[in-house]
Amino acid sequence: MVFKKYFIPRFIQYITVLLIGITMVFIIPRLLPSDPVEHQLNRMTAQGQYLDPAAVEEMRETLQELYGLKGGLFQQYLIYWKRLCTGNLGPSFTQFPTPVIELIKTSLPWTVGLLLVSLMLSWLIGTILGGIKVSFPNSLLTRFMEVFAMGMRPIPYYIMALVLLIVLAFVFPVFPMAGGYSMGAEIGFNFKFLLDLLRHAFLPILSMVMLEIGGWFLQMRNVASNIVEEDYVVYAEASGLPRRKVILHYIMRNALIPQITGLALNLGFIFGGALITEIVFSYPGIGNLLYSAILAGDYNLIMGINIFSIVGVSTAMLVIDLIYPLLDPRVRYQ
Amino acid sequence: MSRVIKELFKHDKRFSFGTTILVLFIMIALISLFTPYNMKAWNTVPRDLPPSWEHPLGTNSMGQDILWKTMVAIKNSLLLGLIAASLSRMIAIVLGLLAGYKGGRFDRIVMTINDSFIIIPLFPVLILIASILRTSLSIIVLGIIIGLFGWAWDARLFRSQILSLKEREFTKTAVLSGMKTSKIITTEHLPYIIPLILAATINNVIWVIGMEVTLSMLGLSNLNTPTIGTMIYWALQYQAIFLEKWNWILTPIIICILLILALYMLSTSISEYLDPRTRLQLIKKE
Repeated sequence: MVFKKYFIPRFIQYITVLLIGITMVFIIPRLLPSDPVEHQLNRMTAQGQYLDPAAVEEMRETLQELYGLKGGLFQQYLIYWKRLCTGNLGPSFTQFPTPVIELIKTSLPWTVGLLLVSLMLSWLIGTILGGIKVSFPNSLLTRFMEVFAMGMRPIPYYIMALVLLIVLAFVFPVFPMAGGYSMGAEIGFNFKFLLDLLRHAFLPILSMVMLEIGGWFLQMRNVASNIVEEDYVVYAEASGLPRRKVILHYIMRNALIPQITGLALNLGFIFGGALITEIVFSYPGIGNLLYSAILAGDYNLIMGINIFSIVGVSTAMLVIDLIYPLLDPRVRYQ
Repeated sequence: MSRVIKELFKHDKRFSFGTTILVLFIMIALISLFTPYNMKAWNTVPRDLPPSWEHPLGTNSMGQDILWKTMVAIKNSLLLGLIAASLSRMIAIVLGLLAGYKGGRFDRIVMTINDSFIIIPLFPVLILIASILRTSLSIIVLGIIIGLFGWAWDARLFRSQILSLKEREFTKTAVLSGMKTSKIITTEHLPYIIPLILAATINNVIWVIGMEVTLSMLGLSNLNTPTIGTMIYWALQYQAIFLEKWNWILTPIIICILLILALYMLSTSISEYLDPRTRLQLIKKE
């Protein structure tokens, strides 16, 4: 019953998102007036860059395949899907003939690390502080937190990262300005390298956490302040349960459920934010790869990253949705 | 309506802060129409001057007056926000209301597409479009593109609002007394959701301005048009941070933060005003 009512709609949603997203990436280059294939080839010859004739031919072919100049539109669409299903995103143009998927694979751990750490930190801190705010509405810390959250929440990722970069890496050079680790550092699993890694990741993580904490805090505050007025909380308080128990088990626990839904819904937005943050701090993840692709005009890489991020984000969301019943007894016992 | 605004202005600091800054920026945008310089041209004034009476914020390495350029940039960024937000509003209102009223299969199809737009990371998609169009991206084209993608959250919001309004007593009374559906929508329901639309629109403008800044910093817009984003882009291109030209790099950053904070304060103030509980608290305070 749970399976039919809960999981099947989730899977259908997942498939639809993939269909719409990937189709969008397929259609966009066709709808736009400029012809990316010739634009791309002109750009390369104009730069006077030496290119292997075989490479140019193959490039033209992949470009034509990607932008629908070969065969009918529908036929093209089928080929496009066939290639995607085999995990083939085509070669990168600037780093020919490295496949796009390889480039993404090398950058992925950095982005995932940045995203996971900042998400967990901001979600946990924001949620806990939001719960505290509702339980102790007049404490100094929570009042300060409220002002902080209101001020930080709307700032775009890019501006936040830039300000932190100027203040903490340039004016007060506490942290390095760029990169994922020091030049010439020995890469290995030792204390020194880990410390170096942490020092480089600190600013990107800080900038993401500062921005996201506000959202989780405010959402938690709103949800929890509704729960405080529920009858069962009033009853629990009236029956003389310890305050700690009321807060943790009656208020916080129930407010967690919308927080997790929020996590799933905001994932796409936060992922975009991670890409932007990486670009500002030259952090060697997918964002930085995207930036180099933009600078070089590497459409294939841009398309590959697009497809990859659609698949990645919607899969992550499906996973959150599948964990959800474990946390929400209402879905479990339905 | 004007009474409500007066009251909010008096009692809600966020509202008064937000409107004051916003009115100030709109005035700046109007004054910028009388700029003595052509902002697309370079070297109209001596380069790298420190602030002085003639150039209150100095000049940049491209030979442009920073104060006037900032004013024009504010105008363009606000214009962009307006274009993109009004387009996405139209889509969101039409889809949200239609889905809410029609229900059934239509609702399900629209909401599935809608949810896909919420889940798909829009930032890389916008980059894909912008990198193909690149220099042909004028303010209007950029506004249309961003607008075409920014409607999903709000369509869902408006729909949920309509769903709850549909169940209220007064709707049933109106239906039973023989009011036409179109009249119920325009006279009974629309007044309810107009403040909500306003708050959502302001939030959307914030998102659009942030998106413009981000795309411009990647070099993905018409870089000759002064906007907050392109100002930051050029300052960074000329290494303004390393050369410590703070008047050049910090001006657009501060303007951007101020503008966004003002808009955000305004929208939270409006959406809190919509919540009857906070209104009760206000009454209690008095």
